[in-house]
Amino acid sequence: METSSVIQVKKLNLYYGKFQALKDVNMEIGKQEVTALIGPSGCGKSTFLRTLNRLNDLIDSVQIEGDVSIDGNNIYDKSCDVVALRKKVGMVFQKPNPFPKTIYENVAYGPRVHGVKERKKLNAIVEKSLREAALWEEVKDDLSRSALRLSGGQQQRLCIARVLAVGPDVVLMDEPTSALDPIATQKIEDLIRELKEKFTIVIVTHNMQQAARVSDSTAFFLNGEVLEMGQTEIMFTRPLDQRTEDYITGKFG
Amino acid sequence: MRKLQLFSAHGGLETDDLRRKGHPSLVEGIAFALLRLSMLLVIAAIFFIFFDIFSKGIGIISWEFITAMPRRGMTEGGIWPAVLGTVYITLITAAASVPVGVFAAIYLNEYARKNIFTRIIRLSIRNLAGVPSIVYGLFGVALFVRALELGTSLLSAGLTLGLLTLPVTITASEEALKAVPDSFREGALALGATKWQAIRTNVIPSALPGIITGMILGISRAAGETAPILFTGAAFYLASLPSSLSSRFMALPYHLFIMSTQHHSIEKVRPIAYGTALVLIGLVVTMNMSAIILRAHYRKKMRG
Repeated sequence: METSSVIQVKKLNLYYGKFQALKDVNMEIGKQEVTALIGPSGCGKSTFLRTLNRLNDLIDSVQIEGDVSIDGNNIYDKSCDVVALRKKVGMVFQKPNPFPKTIYENVAYGPRVHGVKERKKLNAIVEKSLREAALWEEVKDDLSRSALRLSGGQQQRLCIARVLAVGPDVVLMDEPTSALDPIATQKIEDLIRELKEKFTIVIVTHNMQQAARVSDSTAFFLNGEVLEMGQTEIMFTRPLDQRTEDYITGKFG
Repeated sequence: MRKLQLFSAHGGLETDDLRRKGHPSLVEGIAFALLRLSMLLVIAAIFFIFFDIFSKGIGIISWEFITAMPRRGMTEGGIWPAVLGTVYITLITAAASVPVGVFAAIYLNEYARKNIFTRIIRLSIRNLAGVPSIVYGLFGVALFVRALELGTSLLSAGLTLGLLTLPVTITASEEALKAVPDSFREGALALGATKWQAIRTNVIPSALPGIITGMILGISRAAGETAPILFTGAAFYLASLPSSLSSRFMALPYHLFIMSTQHHSIEKVRPIAYGTALVLIGLVVTMNMSAIILRAHYRKKMRG
C-alpha cells in the first residue's frame, strides 16, 4: 500500500545549545496516514514533532540543520511564511490547553486570527469543526460556556476542533491522551481514525497499544536517532532491530 | 506491639511504632506562637495608627472641609485645592507610567532574549524600586523642571511621580505576564497567530487582573509621596486652583507635612492636619480596595 508522502525530512540535525537532540533524522510521512513516533522519554520525538510546525523557533538556543519539506516546500527556507505553515500544520498538545474563553471563542480563535470576521461564516466553521472533533452534540446547547468547565477529554477534543477550524492538512499530536482517562482516550483514538480520512496525522505516544491501534506507520526514536521506521503491523510483529523489540515489549523505556 | 511494615517488600522504611520521638509538638507550639505574635503586632500597629488618626480627624471631616478653600492663613476652611491637586497629579502619574510600564514589561517578558543584558536591565529596574524618593525628586528637578524647562508644575511633578512608579508597574506587569501559562502562547502560535496577536488576544487578557492590580497599588503609593513633588511643583499655599498642566498645585501629603511641622500656629491647625491625613488615607484605601475588587471581578470572569 504505497501512498504519496506529504512530509520529507532529510538529514535533520537539531541542537539545544551544545546538546544534539536530533541526529541525522530522515523520514517520509505519508499523506492521510497516521504516523506514530515512539521511544523513551528524552529521545527527541517531541522535539522532532515541533520541528514540523517550527514551534522550536520559540526557544532561543535552538539550532537546526537539514531539510524539512512539506508539499515540496522547504519550511526552513528563508522565504517560508511561518504563519501560513502553522495554518497548514496544526498541533494538539499533551495537556489540553483551552484558552480561558468560551467554547465558541476557542474554536473561532484561529479563523479570527486569519481574518474571518463575518459572524455567519464563523458560526459555520465553529459547528463544522466541533462536529469533526465529535464534540458538537455535547456542547451545542451552550457554546457560550467557559471552555475551562469542560472535562479533560472534552477539552482535548475542543483543542482538536480549534486546530481543525483553521483548515490544516497535517495535524501534529503530542501525547494527546496522556492526561486523560481510558474512556476519554478511546474517544480520541476513535476520532483519530476518522480524521485520517481527511488529514495527515503525526502522533507522539508513550503508549505502545495506542501506537499499534491507531497508526499506519511507526518510527522508533532512540537518543535522537530514528532507529527504525516502517509499517506499524510489521514493526510490532517483526522488528528489525533488537532494541526496537526490547522497547516495544517493555524491556526498557 | 504489632510490627508495622511499610514498604518492606522493597527493603525500604521499617518502623516499630507510630509514637513520636522527642518533642516536635513543643517546637511546633513555640513556632506557631511566634508566627501568631508577629501577625498580631502588625495588626495592632495598623489598628493603632488608623484608630488614632480616625478618632482625631473624623471630627473635622465634613463636605465643606473637603470642598472649601482654606481661609485665614490655612487656620480655617477646607482642603479642596490639596484634594484636587492630588487627584490631578495621580492622573498624570497614571498616564505617564501605565503605558510605558506595561509596554516595557511586555517587551522584557515576551520579546527580549534571556541573556546577560536583559538580566542587567531587570536588576536595574528592581534596584530603582529601592531608590529613596527624594532622589527621584531631585532628578525630576534636574530633568523636567530645568533641562526640559517644564518649570515647577503639575506636569513636572506628575512625570517625576511617574518615574518613581515605573519600577513598580514594570515589575508587577512582568510578574502578571509570567504567570500566564506558556500553553496559552504556544496554543495561539500553533494556530498561526503572530506573536503580537497571541500576546494581544490571549496573553494580555489573562494577565490583565494582575497588571491592573499592580498599577493601582503603584499609583496609590505615589499619591502619598511628598519628597518627589516638593521641588517639582507642589506649593505651600495657593489662592487659586491649578488651571493648566504648567500650574503649581497643592497636594494632600505636602499639605499634611506643612500643617504638622511648618505652620505658624501648629497647635491651632492640628485638627486640620488630622483631617487631611484621614482624607489621604481614605483616598489610598479606596484605590487599593478598587484594585482588590477589580481583580476579584476579572478572576471570576476568567473562570467563567
